[in-house]
Amino acid sequence: MAGEILVIGGGISGLTAAIEAAETGYDVILVEKNPYLGGRVSQLNKYFPKLCPPFCGLEIFFKRMKSTPKLKYFTNAEVQEISGEPGNFTVKVKIKPRYVNENCTACGACKEVCPVEAPDEYNFGLKKKKAIDLPNIMAMPFQYYIDDKYCTKCGECVSACKYNAIDLNEKEKELTLNVSSIIVATGWKPYDATKLDNLGYGKYKNVITNMEMERLASPNGPTGGVIQTMDGKPIETIAFVQCAGSRDENHLPYCSAVCCLASLKQATYVREQYPDAKIYIFYIDIRAFGRYEDFFAKVKADENIELIRGKVAKVEEVDGKLVVTAEDTLSGVKSKREVDMVVLATGMQPAIEPIPGIELDEYGFVKAKPGIIPAGVAAMPMEVASANESATAAALKAIQLARR
Amino acid sequence: MEKVGVYICTGCDIDKLDIERLKNVAKEEFGIEPKVHPHLCSQEGVEMLKNDAAELDALVIAACSPRVKTALFTFDDKYVERANLREGVVWSHDIDEHAQELAEDYLRIAITKAQKAEKPEPYIEEVSKDILVVGGGVTGLTAALEIAKAGYKAYLVEKEPELGGWVAKYYKTLPIEPPYTRIEENPVFKLIEEVKANENIEIYTSAQIDSISGQPGMFDVVLNQNGEKVQFRAGGIVVATGWKPYDATALEELGYGKFADVVTNLEFEEMAKNGKIIRKSDGSEAKNVVFIQCAGQRDENHLPYCSSVCCLVSLKQAKYVREFTNGNAFIIYKDMRTPGLWEDFYKEMQQDDGIYLTKGDIKEIKEEGGKLTVIVTNTLLGEDIAIKADLVVLATGMVSTLKGLYTVKEEFPDEKTVPYKHIAELHPIKSEEDIEIIKQAGHILNLQYRQGPELPTLKYGFPDSNYICFPYESRRLGIYAAGAVRAPMEIASCIEDAKGAALKAIQAVELVAEGKTTFPRTGDIDFPNFFLQRCTQCKRCTEECPFGALDEDEKGTPMPNPLRCRRCGICFGACPERIISFKTYSIDQMASAVKSIYVPDPNWDEGAEEKFRFIVFACENDALPALDMAALNGKKWSPLVRIIPVRCLGSVNTVFIADALSKGIDGVLLLGCKYGEDYQCHFIRGSELANRRMENVAETLERLMLEKERVQVVEVSINEWDKVTEIIDNFVNQIMEIGANPYKGF
Repeated sequence: MAGEILVIGGGISGLTAAIEAAETGYDVILVEKNPYLGGRVSQLNKYFPKLCPPFCGLEIFFKRMKSTPKLKYFTNAEVQEISGEPGNFTVKVKIKPRYVNENCTACGACKEVCPVEAPDEYNFGLKKKKAIDLPNIMAMPFQYYIDDKYCTKCGECVSACKYNAIDLNEKEKELTLNVSSIIVATGWKPYDATKLDNLGYGKYKNVITNMEMERLASPNGPTGGVIQTMDGKPIETIAFVQCAGSRDENHLPYCSAVCCLASLKQATYVREQYPDAKIYIFYIDIRAFGRYEDFFAKVKADENIELIRGKVAKVEEVDGKLVVTAEDTLSGVKSKREVDMVVLATGMQPAIEPIPGIELDEYGFVKAKPGIIPAGVAAMPMEVASANESATAAALKAIQLARR
Repeated sequence: MEKVGVYICTGCDIDKLDIERLKNVAKEEFGIEPKVHPHLCSQEGVEMLKNDAAELDALVIAACSPRVKTALFTFDDKYVERANLREGVVWSHDIDEHAQELAEDYLRIAITKAQKAEKPEPYIEEVSKDILVVGGGVTGLTAALEIAKAGYKAYLVEKEPELGGWVAKYYKTLPIEPPYTRIEENPVFKLIEEVKANENIEIYTSAQIDSISGQPGMFDVVLNQNGEKVQFRAGGIVVATGWKPYDATALEELGYGKFADVVTNLEFEEMAKNGKIIRKSDGSEAKNVVFIQCAGQRDENHLPYCSSVCCLVSLKQAKYVREFTNGNAFIIYKDMRTPGLWEDFYKEMQQDDGIYLTKGDIKEIKEEGGKLTVIVTNTLLGEDIAIKADLVVLATGMVSTLKGLYTVKEEFPDEKTVPYKHIAELHPIKSEEDIEIIKQAGHILNLQYRQGPELPTLKYGFPDSNYICFPYESRRLGIYAAGAVRAPMEIASCIEDAKGAALKAIQAVELVAEGKTTFPRTGDIDFPNFFLQRCTQCKRCTEECPFGALDEDEKGTPMPNPLRCRRCGICFGACPERIISFKTYSIDQMASAVKSIYVPDPNWDEGAEEKFRFIVFACENDALPALDMAALNGKKWSPLVRIIPVRCLGSVNTVFIADALSKGIDGVLLLGCKYGEDYQCHFIRGSELANRRMENVAETLERLMLEKERVQVVEVSINEWDKVTEIIDNFVNQIMEIGANPYKGF
C-alpha cells in the first residue's frame, strides 16, 4: 500500500498532522495502536485554561476525517520497522485483530450478552468494561472491539450480533507501506507512580494520579463525574503534589511542562463540586507561561486554594487521614497538611517503544532526522495547543518530501 | 432536488417502529416509493444505495445519526439527508404512538430538506498560490524558506533595511533544537543567507504594506518600498511582525531612567554584542550583575501575562557575565519558568558557581555612592537580602506588534458597532477622536476589509487563536500569524510556529483554488448567495460575519468575498429580508422543514387530538453529539420534541421561529455552545448572536401576547450529554405548564 505521508499515532498531534496534510491535498495513512483514535486527550475531562471539553475538538477532527478521502487510518496497528530513505521509506505495520468488522453498527447487542467483566484501561481500571465493548462514548471508529486479554471466546456475542460483524477467528495481519515521509506522533504515557515510593501511590488508595483525577471528573468516568474519595466520601481537603517524578534526577530529569496548569485546572474541578473544600498545591515553581498566567491568577485568587512552595518528601496515612509533608530545599522550611485525598501530578514520559529506523534521545523522545519528523509530545513535553502547532509544522516538513 | 430517493433502515431496533406507516409518509405525502433495508450500512446495502444514487439527485437515509457511517453514506456529489431514527427515536424514547409520530416527522423533515436543496457549484477563480510573508525576523525568514522548500513562491516584506529582526541584534542565542543545554552562535545570519540564495523568495526590505485587498487566492498587495510602489498578487499571508519590548520607562519603581546602571535585557544584549559589559555611569566593567525577572510582566499595572522567554534569556545573559567579566550574576525570580526540556538549560546554567538564583520580590533599588543595592524581600530564607550590584538588568517583556493598533472594528467599545467586544482587550477609548488617534498609529497589513485593517487580536494585542485544538484559527481565511506577534515565545518555538503558519497558508491557497473552505467545514464548496435586489442595507450581515467575508459599498450593500467565507451561515441567520441562502442550506429549505412537521390540531384536522409540539434547533457540532451520546447511554427525552440540527446557532433566522410559532409549535429551544469569555462556538460568536437575536424575538412575542419563555437559548457543551436531556425536558414541562400555543389552528 502506498501513501505519501505516514503518521504514527492517532492522538491529538497525530490527528492534527494527518488531517492538516490531507486537507492540503496529500495522501496520508494514519496508524494508531489503540482500537480508537483520540489518544490521551480523549481521557481528559477538560482542557486548561478554557475548561472546555476535549470531545468538542475531537468531534471536529473526526468530522473532518470523514470528509477527507485522502486520509486513511488503521487502528490496533503498530509500526514494526522502518527502512529506506526520505522520499522512499518502507514501513512494516502489524495490525492486531479487532474481531469486530465494519459491519458493526454499534447497536450494543453483543455487550449485553457478554459474560466477561474486565478492568477498563481507558478508565485506568477504575471502571469495569465488558470483554466486548465500545472503547469510549466518542469512539472513532464508532465500532465495538474485543479485548483478547479477557475474552474467553465463548461465542455469545457472535450469536447475538445480527449483522455478522464479529469474527472470533480473525488473525493478525501485516501491512507493508511505502511512504515519502513519516510523522511520529506517538505521544506520552503517565510516569509510573508506583515508582515514587515516598508518595504512597499503590499503598494508600486515596493517593491517585492526575490522570485518574481526570477520569473521576469526567461524565463518562467511573463515578459519572463525581469527585470523591475511593471510599465514596466527599472531599473536604485535597492536596496536589507537583513534580511527582518530574524535575527529579531519579525519575524524570526534565519538566513535563503541563502539570502545573493541569493541577490548577483540577483544583477548579474540585472547587466546582465543593465550594468550601481546602485545596493545597505543593510546588517548586508554577510554570504558567505566556497567557496561561491569566488562568493561574484566576485560580490563585481563590482564598481556599493554598499554594505551598516545597517538594513533597512523603505522604503517610495517620488515623485514616493522609498527611503530606513538604520541605523547601532552599530554606529548609517544612510544611505539613492533613487531607482526604492526594493527587500526584505525575509527568509525561514518551510512549514510544523502540522501532528500528527511529532514533530516540536519552529521555526516549524522538529525534528529528530527514523524513522522520517528531510531532507533539513524541518530541518533547508540551500542552495541547503547542502540540497542535508542532503537528501542523510537522505536516509542512512532511509535504516538502511528498508528491501531491 | 427533483429526484429524491428514500431509504429506511430497519436495523438496530428501528423495526420496533411501524415501518408501514413510515413508508406511507414518503408515499402519500411526498409521492416517493421508499426502499426498506434491514442493514443499510452493510456492504450489500451500500451497494444498493450506490447503484440507485447514479439515477438520483438526493438520498434520504432514515437510519442512524448523521454522525454515524458518514463516509459510508457519502455518494460523490449527491446530496444526502439523514433522518435520525436510531439515536433520535428508538434509542432515546419508549416506543409508542408519540415515538412513531416523532419518527414520521423526522422523515418529513429530511425529505423536505432534500427536495428543497439545490446542487452547489464551486466558486472557481484563477488564484495565485504565492505566499506573502510579512516580517523579516527569524519567524518570517523561516516561513519564507519553508514555503519555498515546499515548492511555493514567497514574497518576504520587511520594513527595516536589513533582514534579521531583533535576533540579529543578539550576541548569542538560546539553542534552537535539542539538547537544550548550550548557548549558541546566532543562527539568524545563516538563515538570511539561505533566504537570499533561494530563487523562490522575492525579498522587499525597507518596505511597508500600503494595502491588501481581495480574498485568499487573490490578495492584491501594494507595497511602498522607499517611496516606490510595488504590486503583486498573493494567495496566502503569514504575519510574522514579531514583538516590541515593553516600555521600560514605565518601570521607574525598578530604577529605570532614574539610575544609569539599570538597563533592560535588550540593552544588556547589545552591550554583549559590542564586546563589553560595562556600567553606563562610569564605563567600568560590571562584575556583579543582578537580573530582575518579571520586570513588568505578571503585573496588572504593566503586562498581566508572562512573557515566557525572560527566565531563559536571563539565564543566558548570566552566562555572558561569566564569560566577559568572570563576575557574579544574581537572578531574582518569582517562579523559574523553564518548562519542558528547557529544564536542561536551567540545570546547565545552575552548574556555574558564579550564577546565583533567588526567589523573591524586589523591595527596593537604591544607589549609594554610585553603587546600586537591590533589596529582595519575600525570600525563601524568610529575611530580606541586600545585593550590591554594578549593573541591574531588567528582564522586560514582549509586546505584540499589533498591540495598540486599530485591528478590527469590533474591538472598539461602542455598543453600536461592538457586537462582541469581550473577545478583545478593551481599549481606553472614549470618543471618535480617540479612534482617529489610534488609527494614526499606523497599520501593518492594511487589509481592505470592512471589519478592519489587521488580524483580530484575542487578548493583550496578540492575534492568537481562542481554540486549544486549532491554534491557527485567525478569523481571516488565508492569513495566519506566527511567532512573537501571536504569543510570547523563544526562537525555537518561533521556528516551529513559522512552519505551522506556512502550512496553513499553503493549505488555504490549495483549498480556495478548488473553491473550498477550511475547517471546521473543510471542503465545503457551497457558499452564500445574496439576492441583492431586495437588500435594505441594514448591514447586519456585514457587521456580524465573524470572518470578515463581507465588505460593503457606500450604501451599505454587502459585497461578498466567497473565498473568505467559512460557511457558518451567520449572515443567513442575520438577514431580516431572508435574501441570503446557500444552495444546500437555505431559508426556504429550513423554513419548509419547520413547516413540514405535523402539528395535530382539532381545528385543522378533524378527529386529531391536540398535542404539544416543540422544536429544538441544535448546533450540529456540540449539542447534536451530546444528544447522540445521551441516547447511547440510554437517556430519554420528551417525544414531543423535534430536533433540527443547524450548522451553528448563528444560522438560525428568526423567520424559523416565526414560522414555527405561527404553525402552532408550542415552544422553540436553541441549544448551542458556550459564549462570552472562553467561548466554545466554532464560528466565534454564532451562539452569542443567536442569544441576542432571541432577546429581540422575546420582545416581539410579548407584543403578540405570547409568553417569552416559548423561545429560549441554552448553552450546552458536548460533554454535557448527561444534562442535555434534563434541559430539554425542563423546557417542555415549563411550556406545558404555560399551556398550548394560542395560535394553534389559526
